[in-house]
Amino acid sequence: MLKGLMFLCVLCSSVEQKIYVVLNETVPCVRLLNATHQIGCQSSISGDTGVLHVLETESDLDWILSSGPHPPYMVIMETAFFNRSVMMRMKNSSRVAGVAVIISKTGLADNFSPHTTCPNQNTGVYSESYGSDLANCNGTVWNPLGNGLSYEDFSFPVFALKDENQTQVLRKCYEDHNQRVNGSAPQYPLCAMQLFSHMHAVTDTVTCMRRTDLQNRFSINPEVLCDPLSDFNVWTSTRPLNNSAKGHAADESVVIAATRLDGRSFFWEQAPAAEGTVSGIVTLLATIQALYPVTQEAPPPRNIFFSFFQGEAFDYIGSSKMVYDMEKNDFVIDMNNVHSMLEIGQVGLRSGRSLWMHSDPVSRQNKSVDTEVSEEEGKLSLFSHPLPPSSFQRFLRARRIPGLVLADHNTSFTNRYYESMYDDAENLNVTYPPGLTPDEQLVYETDAAKSLAEVATLVARSLYLQAGGEEKNLNNITADPKIVNISVFLTASFYIGLGPRVHGPAHSVTRFVQYILANLTGTVTNLTESQCQNPSELSTENKDLFSYFWVSGPASVNGTREPFCVRASVRLSKAVSPAFELLEYGSRNYSTWTESRWKSIRARIFLVASRELEVMQPALVELTETKQKNISAKTEIMFIK
Amino acid sequence: MTVAVFFGCTFIAFGPAVALFVFTIARDPLRVIFLIAGAFFWLVSLLLSSLVWFITVQISNKNSATQQTGLLIFGVVLSVLLQEAFRYGYYRLLKKANEGLLALSQEDTMPISIRQLAYVSGLGFGFMSGAFSVVNILSDSLGPGTVGIHGDSQHYFISSAFMTLAIILLHMFWGVVFFESCERQRWWGLGAVVISHLVVSCVSFVNPHYQGSLIPTYIILSVMAAWAYLCAGGSLRNLKLCLTCKDKDFLLANHRPR
Repeated sequence: MLKGLMFLCVLCSSVEQKIYVVLNETVPCVRLLNATHQIGCQSSISGDTGVLHVLETESDLDWILSSGPHPPYMVIMETAFFNRSVMMRMKNSSRVAGVAVIISKTGLADNFSPHTTCPNQNTGVYSESYGSDLANCNGTVWNPLGNGLSYEDFSFPVFALKDENQTQVLRKCYEDHNQRVNGSAPQYPLCAMQLFSHMHAVTDTVTCMRRTDLQNRFSINPEVLCDPLSDFNVWTSTRPLNNSAKGHAADESVVIAATRLDGRSFFWEQAPAAEGTVSGIVTLLATIQALYPVTQEAPPPRNIFFSFFQGEAFDYIGSSKMVYDMEKNDFVIDMNNVHSMLEIGQVGLRSGRSLWMHSDPVSRQNKSVDTEVSEEEGKLSLFSHPLPPSSFQRFLRARRIPGLVLADHNTSFTNRYYESMYDDAENLNVTYPPGLTPDEQLVYETDAAKSLAEVATLVARSLYLQAGGEEKNLNNITADPKIVNISVFLTASFYIGLGPRVHGPAHSVTRFVQYILANLTGTVTNLTESQCQNPSELSTENKDLFSYFWVSGPASVNGTREPFCVRASVRLSKAVSPAFELLEYGSRNYSTWTESRWKSIRARIFLVASRELEVMQPALVELTETKQKNISAKTEIMFIK
Repeated sequence: MTVAVFFGCTFIAFGPAVALFVFTIARDPLRVIFLIAGAFFWLVSLLLSSLVWFITVQISNKNSATQQTGLLIFGVVLSVLLQEAFRYGYYRLLKKANEGLLALSQEDTMPISIRQLAYVSGLGFGFMSGAFSVVNILSDSLGPGTVGIHGDSQHYFISSAFMTLAIILLHMFWGVVFFESCERQRWWGLGAVVISHLVVSCVSFVNPHYQGSLIPTYIILSVMAAWAYLCAGGSLRNLKLCLTCKDKDFLLANHRPR
């Protein structure tokens, strides 16, 4: 017994270390709720335990679901089996304790999108009262490859195995103890896994918020059960707008250029969203970089307003909030200021040089709108299908403004991995020649970068013309592919998440885009740090028109940095669904998505022994007890001399 | 490894000792008091030996495996010697207390004999020693897993339970033999107790070859059991009478007031 302590540390529980191997990198699937449903995954409060079984072939599936003698099973699912039919069979079976999906490119199907076939169908512009023949994707199915797994409700935990070393540990444990020998069942002790991902919220947002309110009102130590998804939109404009003057801005006619800032996948905080989101962000940033100098030298009559909307995957959180603020006169501009809108959708996978422009056929029935749109399109032929899912739809719900959505697809998405973990650099065909260092990769011009730069140039020139600028300046507007350094974005996760975060009030991607914009559009000032943080004290600076950032500066040769103050008209605006401000948790008009809270999410593996061994031990005890009583009755005789 | 194993191992380890307590000690408050005091003495000895262990570990080289092994052996030997020293200390205390108790009581005879004290104090030592040996292991046995994923033996829990059972009973027998040897000034008896205690503790170093540690321990247990039985006044004849159920006739024939 004591010898076991020898190689282990003196202070920790060494018996526990003999039993459990804790898995460090856990990527869970969590529960999300909206006005009417709950989606995602849930474990029981003390974790779900099951005997490991690797799902590699069809016979493994039969073993797990019907013939295996040691249910419940914890399924280690190879990539090829992570599809709707298998997951639905697991969901309906009582012999599955949980699933751990191996995320890798080997065995990956040709397409995989866990999102629905018709994204955001209930909160877009098409409904019974507006374009009813186009509603619910009757006109065009945008994501036909979608299997809807992200929107199913699983009663067992589903984790992702991204770390190859960890997967190897699991496989080894399985091969050592659980492998079937010649078709016969494996013998105890068997390798098992326990997954913890107990979610506090149930049923739907209405229930969860009601219970949270009850807690806040009556409990000494209130426990919040769920949080609304929220973050910030990033916006900027070519002419600064007065941030303290809310409502209609006098003499301002604004062209909005927008894109989305978020993505999602089946698992929590995993959203590479390369084609879905990064392509749009990068294009819009390049557009701004191309357009900004010209708009300062030869300003067009209209203002150009650039906006990055957060939370669009979850029923248009960011754009619905901005529209709501505009209608309530709580934003720097209102709907009357908006002249037209151009949105950049998924533009990364253009085949050849084609780019599609989508417009809304219903609003184009209005002649003035139609004229504007035709001018925007430059007299290209139009198509009478509906708009793809886009933030522009939320603007249309409020006011019929002319607008276009740019995309690399005509009828349905070219993105075969829409809103999944596989929508990464490889999906965007971003490849670097071998042997480049990360710094070299940052400045290397990939083909994808060149393609996006072309789109950015087109967008920038169109925006300039749309804003009433002169044609002679168009040649100066060109996007530089080097600016489009995508690799930086391709390692980030674009999931919106919740309010206050560890490194500041906004999501890291939001902050990053904000700072890049400040870099592209801002001017360096010679303010000191305290002046930078309180610019209203100076008469030359205007806190209403600009925001001021204290930047640490580039690292010089000997490692020191010289910080400075940057002034830019870049701002963040809160992106939380109006349903939470109006306290209409069951709203049909606005997003009601919330994320459940949880205590601990972890996983561990260990061996389990057979039931017989467990039961045998108490039986031994019974024998000793009965003997005892007999003996004590005879003490008198035993110790008499 | 679930609740069944937890209860199983608990009852294996503590069953006989608790049964002894319930049937022979619980009725008499004086015995209970001396049992708890005995447990406390064992606890103090453990405290001292763990202090020494802690200090030596801190000043040692944590990376050297041989040094750590040596330190472990040293710790075990020191702990055994301290336990026996405290057993002797408790004996002296009890001798003094007995004189005081005799003066206080209204009867002529001692309310509790030194032999009963030996048994009770030994059992007290045993309880506390057993608790510290096995409670940590029992709490880990409640979880869903069993030992073995790193290649250790599966029989860890049950072996620990049987070892603890042996240790508790051994402490009881050692108490009886020790006190008897001290009364009769038979110092070789003391030495035998200390040496057998050292042997039982050091034989655990051959774990995880549990047969190598449990078998010698149980052999020593039987030897000590026989010796304690003889020290307490038993004999082979009495044992035969008891087991063949002729005891009632014998008692009637030789009735003596107690």
